[in-house]
Amino acid sequence: MKKIPSPVAKISLAAALTLSFSTNLMAETEIQWWHAMGGVNGERVEKIAKDFNATQKEFKVVPVNKGNYTETMTAAVAAFRAHKQPHIVQVFEVGTATMMAAKGAVYPVEDVMKDAGVSFDKKDYLPAVISYYQTTDGKLLSMPFNSSTPVMWYNKDAFKKAGIDKPPVTWDDVEADSKKLQASGMKCGFSFGWQSWVMIENFSAWHDIPFATKENGFAGLDAELVFNNDNVVNMLGKVGEWQKSKIFDYGGRRGDSLPKFVNGECGMWMNSSAYYGAIKKQAKFDFGQTMLPLNPAIRKTPQNSIIGGATLWVLKGHDKGDYKGVAQFLKYLSSPKVQAWWHQETGYVPITTAAYELSKKEGFYDINPGTDTAIKQLSLNAPTPNSRGIRLGNFVQIRDVINEEMEAIWNGSKSAKDAMDTAVKRGNKLLRKFEKANK
Amino acid sequence: MLKQVHFKSSALPYMLVAPQIIITLVFFMWPASQAIYQSLLIEDAFGGNTQFVWFDNFIELFDDDHYVKTFVRTLFYSAMVALLSLSVSLILAAMADRVIRGTGIYRTLLIWPYAVAPVIAGALWAFLFYPTTGIISTALTKIGYEWNHQLNGNQAMFLVIIAAAWKQISYNFLFFLAGMQAIPKSLIEAAAIDAASPAKRFWTIIFPLITPTTFFLLVVNIVYAFFETFGIIHVVTKGGPANATETLVYKVYKDGFIGLDLGGSSVQSVILMVLVIAMTVFQFKFIERKVEY
Repeated sequence: MKKIPSPVAKISLAAALTLSFSTNLMAETEIQWWHAMGGVNGERVEKIAKDFNATQKEFKVVPVNKGNYTETMTAAVAAFRAHKQPHIVQVFEVGTATMMAAKGAVYPVEDVMKDAGVSFDKKDYLPAVISYYQTTDGKLLSMPFNSSTPVMWYNKDAFKKAGIDKPPVTWDDVEADSKKLQASGMKCGFSFGWQSWVMIENFSAWHDIPFATKENGFAGLDAELVFNNDNVVNMLGKVGEWQKSKIFDYGGRRGDSLPKFVNGECGMWMNSSAYYGAIKKQAKFDFGQTMLPLNPAIRKTPQNSIIGGATLWVLKGHDKGDYKGVAQFLKYLSSPKVQAWWHQETGYVPITTAAYELSKKEGFYDINPGTDTAIKQLSLNAPTPNSRGIRLGNFVQIRDVINEEMEAIWNGSKSAKDAMDTAVKRGNKLLRKFEKANK
Repeated sequence: MLKQVHFKSSALPYMLVAPQIIITLVFFMWPASQAIYQSLLIEDAFGGNTQFVWFDNFIELFDDDHYVKTFVRTLFYSAMVALLSLSVSLILAAMADRVIRGTGIYRTLLIWPYAVAPVIAGALWAFLFYPTTGIISTALTKIGYEWNHQLNGNQAMFLVIIAAAWKQISYNFLFFLAGMQAIPKSLIEAAAIDAASPAKRFWTIIFPLITPTTFFLLVVNIVYAFFETFGIIHVVTKGGPANATETLVYKVYKDGFIGLDLGGSSVQSVILMVLVIAMTVFQFKFIERKVEY
């Protein structure tokens, strides 16, 4: 009698086969990397991961786009609560305080490197960049990835047509140049995006005035907002006035006002240096970048600007072996070659001195004059407590509050003083709430 | 004498309703109870530090005059959306009811927008009115009207109301048309013989007879504007400028998902929940009785 294999035997055979296949695949450990880079930058992120995966066989970095910065952060928080968190998540600078407070969730990058035995020297990194992400006793918590700072973009062709021979240095120049641009037929003088970051946070750092007490929040959770001072209020009041004559024209939050600049509606635009790639692609005119304008009545020379952008945070809760891959990847990511490429392609600041030197040596700044504006702005002077950065809890919401109040100035429904007082009052409430939640 | 009938109890009816009950429990009762629990907590984003604070979150919310403003704004917004979409679709239905040739084409075209997802509807209107490049905004600028809904709160409100109302017109149109077709032709013909003009016939015969439909649609439209226009607002204005188009639902999203303030956001959800319950009870208990069928 022939023995017919029972269905059970068949299934177990199939299961055994699948199991052996999957163990073969398991040899390559997957490292989940959630990021917020869309469009062209998203493709560049994919390339970095692909290139890293090609260098070794043990780990496979899988980049996943989770939407914009806020969406990515929310996704990571939700995933952590459901125990499904990625290994690495990209979080924007505004979320720093929230991440720092999450002690059980975050695996400090410095520890990740040390535990995995991967060599790591903080001195290689630009101080202006990493000081934003260190604890008070100097431990680096997250790996800087894409850092930028706001600069002034200007339309060289339009400047020539209006008879302006050099980019503006002071706010008076900005006003005068705007009027000249308008006289030459432009609709508006200048516009800006990420308004809280550019016009309040960086304006304060640039003129060395505090944004919040307690060293802008670096020295403790009990910080209070103080940006309703005369310097900021007068500046914003003026911009509000300018909106009426279109010297300034508001075009929305984040990068929404970019079309105004690239369509040739406004001659100047203040926003992140990381718009380099987008402007290069979209603008049909010759453009340049220069440092942020100064108000010499507040300070004779500029202090330094502060960074924006995002860093990579490592989340706890995975196998110990996985973190070896994470460490190797972070090491690869900050190698001079990768960093210099990333910097030159995107306009983000190189995060290491070596990458900056490499770009210099390759002649990138000679071929593309002005592209080192951001890094020059950041390293203009040794950062003061007012210009090191901002570390406030609930800062995502506080920025929203500031945005709302600023919009009320632009559309004339509130005076600058009234709007800033309200923003400070509402913001302080959010700070106290954060303090209460993180006792 | 009244005789009581006893059925033999069996498991079958319970099994038949079980799927519905399970769905209700899992997808409605459980999340709702979680929201209520969460509204009593203050928690950091990652859930590492949780404090039970009783009604602190509620007190804080009612203390916030921005919440009250959002409440009033939402009422205004819903009323406008309902009014606009009901009146436009009433006119369209009255017209379509009288069309003799090509009825099918008219009706199909009028029903089309209903198939458009809220986000797409929002994007459509946002493109038309985009301050620098939109067709309508450019036309408005040409005739000397400054359009910038990214700056002007009233314009932004106007835009989201139009977009939301436009999306709902098809739905209302369908119901109005069905209501009108259910009216016996003899009534209208009799009035016509008595020399009543089409307008007179509409206001004295058709409009009163479709009151039940109108009332039903009013409730549906208000609920729609309250809860289902998130996608439109998110795409067109993101609640801005300066909060001008932030509705209650949008605020829940903003505080919870962007601000990561789960406690504060849950409180708002709980309030919305109470509101929906109240609206439903109100609808069934009071108004339906007063409407003539």
